Amino acid sequence: MAAGAASGGSSQSDTYKEARGWLLLPAWAVLGVFVLAPVLMMLVYSFLTKEFRGGVIWEFSLGAYDQFFCNRGLFGDEPCSIEWTYINIFWRSIWQAGAATILSLVIGFPTAYFIATRPEKIRPLWVFMITIPYWVNLLIRTVSMKFMLRDQGPLNDFLISTGLIDSPIHIINTNFAVQLGLFYSYLPFMVLPIYASVERYNFNLSEAAADLYASKWVTARRILLPAVKPGVIAGCVLVFVPSLGSFLAPDLLGGAKNFMIGSLIEEQFKGNAGNWPFGAAASMVLLTMVLILLVVFARQQARAEKAQ
Amino acid sequence: MSTRKYDIKSLPGFLPITILCLVVLYAPLVVVTLYSFNDSTSITIWEGVSLRWYADVFNGPESTKFKIAAWNSFSIAIIAATCATTIATLAATAMIRGGRFRLRTVSFGLISLPLMVPEIVTAVATLIFFNSIGFTRGYTTILVAHIAFCIPFAYMPISARMQGIEDTYEQAALDLYASKRQAFTKILLPLMMPGIISGFLLAFIISLDDFIITNFVKGAGVETLPTAIFGSVKQGIKPNIMAISTMLLALSVLMVTISYFVSKKDNTK
Amino acid sequence: MRNAVKRYGDFTALQEISLSIYDNEFFTLLGPSGCGKTTLLRMIAGFEDVSEGAIFLFDDEIETLPPNKRPVNTVFQNYALFPHMTVTENVSFGLEMLGKSKAEARARAADMLELVQLTQFAGRKPSQLSGGQQQRVALARALAPQPKVLLLDEPLSALDLKLRQAMRFELKEIQRETGITFIFVTHDQEEALTMSDRIAVMSAGELQQLGEAKEIYERPRNMFVADFIGETNLLEVSVDKIAKGRAACHLGGGHELTCNEVEGVGVGANVHLSIRPERLFLSETATEAESLKGTIRDNIFIGTDIQTLVQLDDGPQMMVRTSNSDRGNKRIFDAGRPAFVNMEQGAARLLVD
Repeated sequence: MAAGAASGGSSQSDTYKEARGWLLLPAWAVLGVFVLAPVLMMLVYSFLTKEFRGGVIWEFSLGAYDQFFCNRGLFGDEPCSIEWTYINIFWRSIWQAGAATILSLVIGFPTAYFIATRPEKIRPLWVFMITIPYWVNLLIRTVSMKFMLRDQGPLNDFLISTGLIDSPIHIINTNFAVQLGLFYSYLPFMVLPIYASVERYNFNLSEAAADLYASKWVTARRILLPAVKPGVIAGCVLVFVPSLGSFLAPDLLGGAKNFMIGSLIEEQFKGNAGNWPFGAAASMVLLTMVLILLVVFARQQARAEKAQ
Repeated sequence: MSTRKYDIKSLPGFLPITILCLVVLYAPLVVVTLYSFNDSTSITIWEGVSLRWYADVFNGPESTKFKIAAWNSFSIAIIAATCATTIATLAATAMIRGGRFRLRTVSFGLISLPLMVPEIVTAVATLIFFNSIGFTRGYTTILVAHIAFCIPFAYMPISARMQGIEDTYEQAALDLYASKRQAFTKILLPLMMPGIISGFLLAFIISLDDFIITNFVKGAGVETLPTAIFGSVKQGIKPNIMAISTMLLALSVLMVTISYFVSKKDNTK
Repeated sequence: MRNAVKRYGDFTALQEISLSIYDNEFFTLLGPSGCGKTTLLRMIAGFEDVSEGAIFLFDDEIETLPPNKRPVNTVFQNYALFPHMTVTENVSFGLEMLGKSKAEARARAADMLELVQLTQFAGRKPSQLSGGQQQRVALARALAPQPKVLLLDEPLSALDLKLRQAMRFELKEIQRETGITFIFVTHDQEEALTMSDRIAVMSAGELQQLGEAKEIYERPRNMFVADFIGETNLLEVSVDKIAKGRAACHLGGGHELTCNEVEGVGVGANVHLSIRPERLFLSETATEAESLKGTIRDNIFIGTDIQTLVQLDDGPQMMVRTSNSDRGNKRIFDAGRPAFVNMEQGAARLLVD
């Protein structure tokens, strides 16, 4: 019966509050059954026994986590000591994701700043240009990158023909290729939050600083940077998290030597060599890491908003 | 001597970096497009312009495979986008115009869940789920998984748009004897249309482009365009792959442009 | 012919209010921002809940009905014209929702547009109209379904001055022509005074006074009404004696005067006295009217009038307004001169605080 919050009109209201149960039902049904339930099922599977040719036997076992964390020697009968193999893979993934994030930051921050300081009319166009590549299929983008970076690829051809180098630089299948691939995949996620922050920044503050004899760099460091910190942090999180679990870039650009979490997990579910519970366990570890990161990030955002 | 205005905003070196950034973003795509017109079987040697690889995609030895894959991809994308957009529209109406209720924050969390969980985890979890209920993997499993993770993507533009519409219009409609359903269909829905269209396009693209989740839940018999491309690339990059890539690239650009112009048309002003 | 709107409170915004509005009346709710007038209006429309009490429309209790079941229509403050529909579609909306055929609705919409003189804009969209035109479309839209009561929520506040004055006249005309009861909300007292049959002055959720414009202006009940409407001199007085309908009071500095008795104010009461500045006149010597002695402090010329500030001997400062005419100018004295402030008959009014 009663509708509308303030008499001036607002967007949040309770006009349809009688129907809201029915309105939300489809979303709850679909997401609950096909996203929430699967994740829970994955948790369950990580505690099951592996079936020989893929799949599981419904029998409780800590085998998956055991395999992940414990090294029980050559014959598997020694007491549990730390198994470094998989932890190393996770660690390398973190490292790669971190490197990709830093690369994105180094290139993305100046880009975002530059775009945000263009005249207002042109800004949407710049943003448009930065985000178009993102709309292209990630697989195709990664394949294109792979094509570019090959030893006999266009990049090397170009560099040789201009005389900058003598023989092809071997980029593909290196750590750097993977980082470049991750950077290429998620750069807009770094640029957009920083762009939003800089756009909101009041440049009168910089003018005040200049009036008080500060150089441009000092002003940037001590005035601008703290103000846009939330955007920077958001951008880093938005690049780091997907990079951590990514599969395509390491697989296509990294080759066998650059095994990351994504590849590790994928391997467990392929064909007959797979170990489903182990894959599930590894996924749970990844999920936990990501959720912790997101919770910390969310808390930080909430605190930052309260401070403002 | 000319005097230069002291531009408080410009920082030295940032323009070159921006240019570099754009170059890096576009170079691979441009190169692939160029090479797709290469009249040579080798991908390394340039031999002149030709459309033969485009012809090969449609008529060559692998064309059947790609055609089926394309059909799968597009049909799934349209169905998934339609379902996701519908579900998202209803959900957004409840969230934004449904008043405050206890499950509201939780609902929002649920809707954003696919965005927060790494894609590979979702893929594994969905695979496990279908396995646990004994559901054979195939077209349907792909479709269902796509609907689920397209929902948040459709939700975002719809929600943003709805939050920009004041509720006075619906109040006026009620004041003029409209039922709540009429207020929804005749007033709110038309005003929201740009957001719904944006949501649909976004969901469509996301579904079309998806690889990881699709790869996991598709089972042996079915291919979509991304999985077919991936399988082909594993055997080495062939020119027809570049032709397909360029076509998908063009499609993406088209979708973005449409979405951009649709969102600019603000019919409440 | 009674169209009773009697209602009680809603604890957060309104105290207990009980009033009746007559059929065919142009009734105004007047008050500053936050006084609850808009809340009251929305209650009548059906957009706010009534926590306690009832609303009656010709003997029907309506406060439990949703807004789309009440024969009451609203002209919103920001007009709320449906942006994606043409003017005609907007105006015929209510009728279509009531089940009328499209042809009938369109015909009636055309009549309405003629009433507000916007027939040539029938095919336009709201975004193509000026503020004044949008306001008239909103009016036509609300009138088309022939409601029993029309509610107007500060409809003129977004218009500039000249347009506002023109619209005041038009609204009054339309109300007279259609005979529909208008309930008008505004914070502009000039608007209320010029347009209304009766005014309800509200403040802080309470009804302060209800009556015709002249009555509210000349016989304000309490300090809020006296101060909110027009300008006035407020003097603190003590009532000494009451006899034969007259009250004798004194104020600081030894000044004494008598005025009409007011119900609710008894002997010994310390209340305020309200006197409108234009009901005072200055003189060099004491006259037969009630006089107070003081010294001229300043004369301020404001075009149509001259405002004179007079400091009473050992007493408060008063303002006298004299018209800038030949006769008026004869009563202006230089600053520093002693003078008497005289009251016209019946000008002073004791206030029930």
